[in-house]
Amino acid sequence: MRNKSEGGALRPPFFSFAGKDAAAERMAHHRLSFNQYLLLTFVSVSVPLGDASLSRGMRSLPPVSPAHPVSLIGAVFTPWIALGIALLIGYFASYLTALSWADLTFVMPATALGNVFVALLAHYWLREDISWMRWMGIALITIGVAFVAHGPANTTPPLDGVASAAVEELDAKEAGR
Amino acid sequence: MTISSGALMQASFWKAAAMIATIVISSSTGEVLTAAAMKSIGDLDEIRAKSGLGGAIKAVVTSPLFMGGIFFMAVAFFSLLFALNHMNLSLVGPAAASLTLVTNTVAAQLFLHEKVDRRRWTAAMLVCVGVYFLAH
Repeated sequence: MRNKSEGGALRPPFFSFAGKDAAAERMAHHRLSFNQYLLLTFVSVSVPLGDASLSRGMRSLPPVSPAHPVSLIGAVFTPWIALGIALLIGYFASYLTALSWADLTFVMPATALGNVFVALLAHYWLREDISWMRWMGIALITIGVAFVAHGPANTTPPLDGVASAAVEELDAKEAGR
Repeated sequence: MTISSGALMQASFWKAAAMIATIVISSSTGEVLTAAAMKSIGDLDEIRAKSGLGGAIKAVVTSPLFMGGIFFMAVAFFSLLFALNHMNLSLVGPAAASLTLVTNTVAAQLFLHEKVDRRRWTAAMLVCVGVYFLAH
């Protein structure tokens, strides 16, 4: 069971330091599958693509007056803005999924590659100039991502939770059949 | 009574620092609470395989930690809007993004018990400086 430790006892609750060394040892060699890398890539690129879609959609609309903010509701149903919203919803779902099997300190730098993606897209697709400072930023982020990607994705155990209990319940029902 | 321009500049500096600090603290609190929620729930792929997409969504939205995380993320969002009303995006954007990375790393080590070794600290710092450069 996911929410039981090796000895069968419940894992320590959130904010408890007890047992963290054993847990770190157990999870230190956790490596990601191809699908998990694919999900991290989606987390990286969905935000810049979503933001770009929203920007494109909003620019194609007539100016929205602060006196009539309700007119923004209609904007939600235009294709570019709908696409942007779908991408951002997809991002949040993927980000939560990534956090369920990887550390926050792994997901954060690993998904920072999205910034690089935007800069490269702007340079090669939109023909925007990139200053040497931006190229330096791209290089630093890429090196940072390479650093973290070579380490373990998860150094902590999953703790007790409602979903684990739900999975246990399902297991018990299946076993009782 | 007259106020010197130096005192005014100092006041606006502290005002800007307070606005950026509010974004960074609320954003970090939100992200750490969300990460804690997802850790407590377990692997979502496994849950989805066992109890379907509905079960996975239910597991997430019924977590108090997740709802707390969403609340602080909303606070961070509105703090960002407020800050953008007073300061330029070119200052608020990179400052908030870079500092949040550092505070998230510290908070993850303290509260989530993540093993933040030299490799992860180096990565966080490189990305932090990289984001700052990229925004200029």
